[in-house]
Amino acid sequence: MSDESRAEKFLELFNKSREFTEELLRENERLRRQLGILEEQTKDYAARYTEIEQQNNNLASLYVASYQLHSTLDFREVIHVVQEIIRDLIGAKAYAILLLDERTSVLQTVACDGEDVMPGVEKISTRIGEGIIGEVARRGETYYLDRDDENARPTLQRPLAAIPLKIKDQVIGVIAIYRLLVHKPAFTAVDYELFALLAAHAATAIFSAKLYSQSERKLNTIQSFLDLLTTTS
Amino acid sequence: MNSKFLVVEDSPTMRQMISFSLRRFQNAEIIEAVDGLDALRKLSGPLKIDLILTDINMPVMDGLKLVSMVRQNASLRDIPIIIITTEGAEEDRERGLALGANAYIAKPIQSSHLIRTISELLP
Repeated sequence: MSDESRAEKFLELFNKSREFTEELLRENERLRRQLGILEEQTKDYAARYTEIEQQNNNLASLYVASYQLHSTLDFREVIHVVQEIIRDLIGAKAYAILLLDERTSVLQTVACDGEDVMPGVEKISTRIGEGIIGEVARRGETYYLDRDDENARPTLQRPLAAIPLKIKDQVIGVIAIYRLLVHKPAFTAVDYELFALLAAHAATAIFSAKLYSQSERKLNTIQSFLDLLTTTS
Repeated sequence: MNSKFLVVEDSPTMRQMISFSLRRFQNAEIIEAVDGLDALRKLSGPLKIDLILTDINMPVMDGLKLVSMVRQNASLRDIPIIIITTEGAEEDRERGLALGANAYIAKPIQSSHLIRTISELLP
């Protein structure tokens, strides 16, 4: 084979291998792009999965809270369930559940926690319209302390959050939250959902339990009266 | 897998919340106890418990006492224990783990975190 034809053969091989290399590079680029899209999709799926997990958790909290609130007609037990929701599901360390005395228009603590970190929480007594708690009861609107304000530290008169307990437009009490557990820096999205649930469901549960215990007492009185009549006649 | 979980909690709300999360495990069997003593009674029964989830602050017998008693019992000492409590300070966590708990979760619980922790502890 002459030098010339060897050179042509070499050139031909060189061109083929160049075309092949270019083809490989194009394929490589195409695969790299596809991988990028897949990575993005995986990230999206992971984010979506986390979001769904969170929503599941939130729904579980709401379901359990609602189920427990309506599981009893005993007044003390209902109050106890409200305390469990505030402590275990929301993560509050210091809080008070205040109920309204309709005759005197005074809100008073009926249950609380965290007397050591918020002294006086066990004996709050405030009139409707007085201070933040009284105003929450008057207006029926939830109050949150502005945590961006560095001077806004919670005090007995100024809680972190105050949630009215409402049956339609009638306020029967207020939940005041003063301090969260040491490992919980702030309220989360589900906490606001739980506040909304407590505002309505805790109010009806407390109201129903009160009515039930009143009717039980009346029934006992009537029964005692009837027993007395039967024994004396 | 058919795992048996013992949930030790005095609060019915938390018992239900934890049981709800445990349903993620297929065929999970959930046994509930209201305090440490009730848990020991159930542990001494015929059921072979695979994992214990316990609160700390409970009447009659608290969770820390339960952990210590389980770890002292030759037939129970290998059961993994998770403490679930409102006591989230570092010293509380260290105390629980020092007594022999395998994991420590602060309330309010996140289901995903609880499931991950359990999955790491179950064989």
